[in-house]
Amino acid sequence: MAQHKINYLSEAGLPVALTTVDKLVQWGRSNSLWPMTYGLACCAIEMMATGASRYDFDRFGTIFRASPRQSDVLIIAGTLTKKHAPFMRRLYDQMTEPKWVISMGSCANTGGMFNTYATVQGADRIIPVDIYLPGCAPRPETLQYALMLLQKKIRTESASKKLKPKRLV
Amino acid sequence: MRKYTDKKNVQKKPYYTDRFWVAPQIPKLDVSSDEVFASDVEALKANFEIKEAYIQRGQLVVYINASENVEVLTYLRDKLQYNFLSEHSAIDWLAKSGEFEIFYQMLSTSKRKRMRVKFFIKEKEPIRSVSTIYKSADWAEREMYDMFGVIVTGHHYMKRILMPEDWFGHPLRKTYPLQGDEEASWYEIDKIFGKEYRDIIGPENRDSSRIDEDDTYNFSRIHHEVAFGAKPSKEIVETDYQEEGGVFLVKKLKKADSKILEERP
Amino acid sequence: MQKVNKLQPFFENLVFERDDNTMIINFGPQHPSSHGQLRLILELDGEMVTKATPDVGYLHRGMEKMAENMIYNEFLPTTDRMDYIAASSNNYGFALAVETLIGLEVPRRAKTIRMMLLELNRITSHLFWLATHALDVGAMTIFLYAFREREYAMDLIEEYCGARLTHSSVRIGGVPLDLPENWITNLSKFLDKLPANLADYEGLLDQNRIWKMRLEEVGKITPEMAQSWGCSGPMLRGSGIAWDIRKEEPYELYDEVEFDVPVSDTFDSYGRYKLHMEEMRQSVKIIRQVIPMYYKSEPEIMAHAPKYISAPKEQIMTQNYSLMEHFVLVTQGMRPPVGEVYVATESPKGELGFYINSQGGAYPYRLKLRAPSFWHTSILQELLPGHYLADVVTIIGNANIVFGEIDR
Repeated sequence: MAQHKINYLSEAGLPVALTTVDKLVQWGRSNSLWPMTYGLACCAIEMMATGASRYDFDRFGTIFRASPRQSDVLIIAGTLTKKHAPFMRRLYDQMTEPKWVISMGSCANTGGMFNTYATVQGADRIIPVDIYLPGCAPRPETLQYALMLLQKKIRTESASKKLKPKRLV
Repeated sequence: MRKYTDKKNVQKKPYYTDRFWVAPQIPKLDVSSDEVFASDVEALKANFEIKEAYIQRGQLVVYINASENVEVLTYLRDKLQYNFLSEHSAIDWLAKSGEFEIFYQMLSTSKRKRMRVKFFIKEKEPIRSVSTIYKSADWAEREMYDMFGVIVTGHHYMKRILMPEDWFGHPLRKTYPLQGDEEASWYEIDKIFGKEYRDIIGPENRDSSRIDEDDTYNFSRIHHEVAFGAKPSKEIVETDYQEEGGVFLVKKLKKADSKILEERP
Repeated sequence: MQKVNKLQPFFENLVFERDDNTMIINFGPQHPSSHGQLRLILELDGEMVTKATPDVGYLHRGMEKMAENMIYNEFLPTTDRMDYIAASSNNYGFALAVETLIGLEVPRRAKTIRMMLLELNRITSHLFWLATHALDVGAMTIFLYAFREREYAMDLIEEYCGARLTHSSVRIGGVPLDLPENWITNLSKFLDKLPANLADYEGLLDQNRIWKMRLEEVGKITPEMAQSWGCSGPMLRGSGIAWDIRKEEPYELYDEVEFDVPVSDTFDSYGRYKLHMEEMRQSVKIIRQVIPMYYKSEPEIMAHAPKYISAPKEQIMTQNYSLMEHFVLVTQGMRPPVGEVYVATESPKGELGFYINSQGGAYPYRLKLRAPSFWHTSILQELLPGHYLADVVTIIGNANIVFGEIDR
């Protein structure tokens, strides 16, 4: 996990709060979260299972998209290796604002059991992460719960604050 | 003064060693105990120099000269029906004798036999590629180069395969630490943000048991969540996925109303 | 703030614009149908692939290095993450390699449980293969159906070992637990259901015009090619070579059960699809034969070898010497004899081999994982040229590659 302190609030947008409009916009955003099909390793299988028939992710308004340009959420499902890290940063930069990141599984959170030379020790060294999801591999129910928590987080945010890009450094 | 550590083999060592422990050996059977292997070794001996041959756990092990690897493998494929090269890699003996041990794991589907062809090379001694005989050696040789730095001549695309091309060092050598060297630990930061961001992002946390309870920037304790950067509290907070007032058009699950099925339909 | 020019160096050696009519396309490493992190650099002439360069290593996590720094039992859960679609078969391959190294005979009941788990894993893996392959080719319905079936098998595995994906259900020297109550009943229900469902899928796919057009005559692997590239498993049997390690070099109780080894003589993707379907039926047949064997066996699930394997829990709790041995085995690890083994098992993807070189210590001196997908990916450089760009997805999906075991 990253050692540095990430202050998301310092890059705030307008100081004006438009409560009703804000609420409406964020309600809409939270109920149409489109994640990217970004499977890295084992967790991707559970991510697919969440999208498939038994767990049915679509009822949350969550439809997997193949392109970063069309998606709002990046679910880092699996081990992030040092060879792949620049690609992930590039994909994150390609996503349009507002965007959120769910780090799924121990490997993406902290490097997990792969405490080796080739593994990035926590995806938050590369991109800012909103929800950390523990487990190896997390069950589909856990991913659903994480998504619901993310929806709650989005509803409490202000729509205008997100207009400035969220950067790690 | 810093304690002396052996840099030739930085792999994990057992914290306790028994001075009187004599490790048992897996028996090496004579080649004559198996008919098929006996005739194979005889045929090989007639054409090449065989340094040692024995059977271990049902598989033939043959030591050959490093310079004859292509000829031996061609002979094995064409004359002795070993039609598969199932594995090919190296073992690092640099600390002990300054050598690499190269092995080719062969399979014959017609005889239902497996054998291993092995030889030793010095650290910087190149070996000849066998990818023209068995195409499966193509990637195996690249992986061996990547992991050990064994140079293979006559290969059509001798590049790193698993590690990035600008990686420093060969990971499976015994001198390479498990958690990577200095170069490896900053690799992704240097590549994405640049060297000047090393200080901002900070070193990797390699201690899996590290917990900082006062850090509420990076950690959040379940049922004790506080605001970002606030002081940690002992108060128990129930985290629910929906606000108290409810959300427009989104149904909230009432636990009392839910039905638990005994068995999946 | 991040520097823009820092993000350039991915394609430094590639020239995308050519004077002749060819074009270079970069495929992956993030692509929905690359089955993981495969990166392909394709040279196209019109829509025809003229040269393909697969690039792997985006999931290299250093498992072989980890093995050199771990005691044998500690490494077992890591093998779960190799072929994460059929984790038990990896556990089993590693456990069998260590058992061969120390020369251990596993009790019969453990063998039957292992066989059931292995075949269940084969079914889940093949169902997953069918689901993703069909999704890539455009048959979304099959994806939903096959995942539904797969969940039943996952429930069974979960009931046995507690995990859906990373099982660790096989231990060195046996299995950790006996089967739970009613497990066999549930298993039989699943086995009754599966063949009918497979027939449904075949009804949807077999004569489907799109499915046939996209699979027939695509990705032809001749027997010579398969041998030279070291193919194994369904890829090899899809090339007309009847080689199944379960049949030819039987391990566990595979010599006591009856099953056929399906072989395809069309060499193409469609033949391999039929072969996968038939293999699932054979797996069902094997499990049905193993169930009575399970009931007939003695209730002993771990081998008795005090130097290498911990005693059963009751014994550890009641006998002092067993407790001491258990302590030593957990803290210092077992010390297998000096020597080397290469043990190959038939995993759902093909020949899964473990080469272990032991120097008598608690850590393996060298452990080489021979993962079938690695070799099936390398064949892409010869297989893809001559196909259309749309067929690339079919071939990758059909090869049944998993990146956890390619990059290890």
